Amino acid sequence: MERQVLQRAKEAFLSGRARPLEFRLQQLHALQRMITEKETEISTALKQDINRSQYDTPLLELIGIENEVKLAIEKLAQWAAPRPVEKNLLTISDEVYIQPEPLGVVLIIGAWNYPWALTLLPLIGAIAAGNAAVVKPSELSECSSLLLRALLPRYLDKDLYPVVTGGVSETQQLLRLRFDHIFYTGGSTAAKLVMEAAARHLTPVTLELGGKSPCYIDKNCDVRTACRRITWGKFVNCGQTCIAPDYILCEPCIQGRVVECIRQTLLEFYGADPKCSPDYGRIINQRHFNRIMSLMEGYTPVVGGQSDSSQCYIAPTVLKDVPPHSRLMQEEIFGPVLPIVTVSDMDDAINFISEREKPLALYIFCSDKKAIKRMIEETTSGGVTVNDVMMHYTLSSLPFGGVGQSGMGRYHGKHTFDQLSHHRACLIRSLNMESVNLARYPPQDRRRARRARMALKSPLIDTSKRTLVWAIVATVLGVGLLITLMVILLIASGLNCTCWYWRGFYN
Amino acid sequence: MSRQQLAVQQARRSFQTGRTKPLEFRIQQLRGLQSFIQERQGDIKDALQKDLGKSELASELYDILVVESEIKLSMTKLAEWAAPRPVEKNLFTITDEVYVKPEPLGVVLIIGPWNYPWSLTLLPLVGAIAAGNAVIVKPSEISSHSSKVMKELLPLYLDKDLYQVVEGGVPETQELLKQRFDHIFYTGSTTVGKLVMEAAARYLTPVTLELGGKSPCYIDKNCDISTACRRITWAKFINCGQTCIAPDFLLCEPSIQNRVVEEIKKSIKKFYPDSPNSSEDYGRIINQRQFKRLMGLMEGCTVALGGDADEAKGYIGPTVLKNVTAESKVMQEEIFGPLLPIISVDGVEEAIQFINEREKPLVLYVFSYDDKLIKKVIAETSSGAVVANDCVVHFLDSALPFGGVGHSGMGRYRGRHTFDQLSNLRSCMIKKLTMEGFNSMRYPPHTDRKVSWARRALLTRFNIRRLQNLVILAILTGLAAFVVQRFLHSS
Repeated sequence: MERQVLQRAKEAFLSGRARPLEFRLQQLHALQRMITEKETEISTALKQDINRSQYDTPLLELIGIENEVKLAIEKLAQWAAPRPVEKNLLTISDEVYIQPEPLGVVLIIGAWNYPWALTLLPLIGAIAAGNAAVVKPSELSECSSLLLRALLPRYLDKDLYPVVTGGVSETQQLLRLRFDHIFYTGGSTAAKLVMEAAARHLTPVTLELGGKSPCYIDKNCDVRTACRRITWGKFVNCGQTCIAPDYILCEPCIQGRVVECIRQTLLEFYGADPKCSPDYGRIINQRHFNRIMSLMEGYTPVVGGQSDSSQCYIAPTVLKDVPPHSRLMQEEIFGPVLPIVTVSDMDDAINFISEREKPLALYIFCSDKKAIKRMIEETTSGGVTVNDVMMHYTLSSLPFGGVGQSGMGRYHGKHTFDQLSHHRACLIRSLNMESVNLARYPPQDRRRARRARMALKSPLIDTSKRTLVWAIVATVLGVGLLITLMVILLIASGLNCTCWYWRGFYN
Repeated sequence: MSRQQLAVQQARRSFQTGRTKPLEFRIQQLRGLQSFIQERQGDIKDALQKDLGKSELASELYDILVVESEIKLSMTKLAEWAAPRPVEKNLFTITDEVYVKPEPLGVVLIIGPWNYPWSLTLLPLVGAIAAGNAVIVKPSEISSHSSKVMKELLPLYLDKDLYQVVEGGVPETQELLKQRFDHIFYTGSTTVGKLVMEAAARYLTPVTLELGGKSPCYIDKNCDISTACRRITWAKFINCGQTCIAPDFLLCEPSIQNRVVEEIKKSIKKFYPDSPNSSEDYGRIINQRQFKRLMGLMEGCTVALGGDADEAKGYIGPTVLKNVTAESKVMQEEIFGPLLPIISVDGVEEAIQFINEREKPLVLYVFSYDDKLIKKVIAETSSGAVVANDCVVHFLDSALPFGGVGHSGMGRYRGRHTFDQLSNLRSCMIKKLTMEGFNSMRYPPHTDRKVSWARRALLTRFNIRRLQNLVILAILTGLAAFVVQRFLHSS
């Protein structure tokens, strides 16, 4: 069944109808309509899947999707246009540019924590780049998955953008087939299998994975505000966010304050009993509930700790003085449990972070600019937000992605378009001016070699229109200034000129 | 612990000391590499002569000069490439510092090929050093003399622990691939490319694969056939056809086939006046195995030109094959030798269809006077790169990203692209702990009002740059009006 879906998508792609920009814009407009018209249905599905509040849905997913669609529609012509490059002496009279082209059929494997954003954002880029796409939403967010399968064919081209639902075996079937790019969002373990499957066909991959995103709080910063922001980021979607601050690093002297501030903020956000708050989510299923509960075993939480297995409810929980080698610190928590690990100072924190796998995001709360720059310099991660959490995800001009175990590839905004396009180098020469080429032909002698050497060593010249315009403007301004200066000097030196009199210049 | 494990461990420890971070260090290393190329030219040329029968001048042009100019470019531009790159902000981030910071990845493995053992191994090395990585270089064992020279001499010019040369054949490479790297840069064949990517998958290591394929070359009947054939002949027989971007086979209409063969014959006579065998500009096949493989490819085809061979010397003369069909043995694999098959097609439509039925090639060549036809071929096919009216030269413009698509590879390099490919482009957003009021709309408890406010704020698209330009224009107009008014008043 999967093979037929791919076959149909491939044929639809080869028919060439996804190529014209008008078609891509029309599909993007349709996607935009789907998001605005079906907001209620999507909210309901998310409530059933993960108890997402009706306000969190637009805030966390739909507004982001709408933003991306609008950006793609506005900028498509610019993104898809040929991009000129710098030339050297060898290519100075040639047409040299990079042409973005569609890759073919892209496989998008979505995740269950933000089933709409993490599936549709790559889809927007795939459509914009002119590809066909097979969308495989996560089976764990079942209602959303079924809703997507019902809705997408009603708005988008059925053959070019099919939705395939199913579990592990259907995904494995899909991965045996040959795609032109695979975009996977999920965990590192499954990602290795995805990349291995892709290797068999030499299919390039984009892997948006996770990891333990550290959050360092400096003792000399506004701890109150810092904790409010951290609390929001950690407990939104019940901690099931790939870029949620996984654990806190701070000095022992402020640990107590941090706990207090978080406790206060939780009261502000969810009230005395978060279970009754409409804004607090649930764990996706029993398996993950059990996993998170077992991570907490043996620890006494200082905040929260309550749970209700029947509702897959875990209260917002904070644990302090967590030892670095505990089980809690070995895997990505992906839940509403926030461990605090104490470090002696910023250097200790830097060492702690550098000893571990490269995270998807790094959070630093600090008021000292120098210290911030040092921490960024001496660590590495996919992204960094300083004095807030998760916000680097929201700016579409910032390329979003991981490094090392947290993933490979970048997307958002234009970066999705670029990731799912083939950047074809084009060089258009003329059949004239053969004399220029004579130096390269055998039989080689010293004289010819010298000319060839000179051509090869020439520097790169920027011949783009913008540089040309700037050069002309700068020249005109410079010459104008020079003339004005000279005139002033001449007049100052007492040069009389009758033409100035009747203009009233000498009044 | 195996030799390979030790090398990687040493490189990683040296990387972790952080000494590759300062730009001065990287420039100093690049300068060392530059000295190596300049001082040891003799050794390099000697090795290439022994490996591939390359003439001194050919070695200089294709293996040495390219690397030299890349080093110079990297040294000049390093500060620009490594600097934080600001990005466009939106209304919410207008007071924040937002930029992309290029960072080193860690330890990069570079596996080089045997056909241009110096340029195709050192070009990625230049980018890796510039990006601040440690490198394990594994030159191809098939070009054994070049590999030996690299192993002996490179450590004398570069940091011994950070940049190591590890020699060996298939078992040693397999052992290397079992280690963990932060990026693998492989140049070679499609078959091995798959194995490299599979090995990389075990550690989620990103890869750049520069592979090959059959690069088609279409000659339109409406073009200067003499010039076209001269350029094709030059490109095909450099390095005895052992170039990944050599035109693999020709496509043309039957009416011009004889003319094409004639012109190629003329060009060969001009290039190698006595005979290719005795010309020092004509190379040799790398080894016996490749020689036998190429001789086998000629089976079943009509030799229109050449076909002479000397097994003892590893010499195969420039050969053109006629009456070749899609099923011929020579059309089943990348030739990588001095055999040029000509396939008849009835015009550009059939040529495009022929090309599209096959794997996406590394490069596509079109020769024609007709600009529209060229644009049509570009629009209706796909390939790593496309060059009209010449061959191979796109590699020499370091601003053009070089690489394949599909089975011809993934990833891009040359010039700044190598630097970007071997860096971690880290998104950074630096906010302040003030202005908490703005954030209140995202905090629970949620209300309708908060969400509609958020929606309005986030979805109104502001073109910051246009706004800034308008403000500047307004100020300038105001200033100009003020000046004019004063001037008028004074008169």
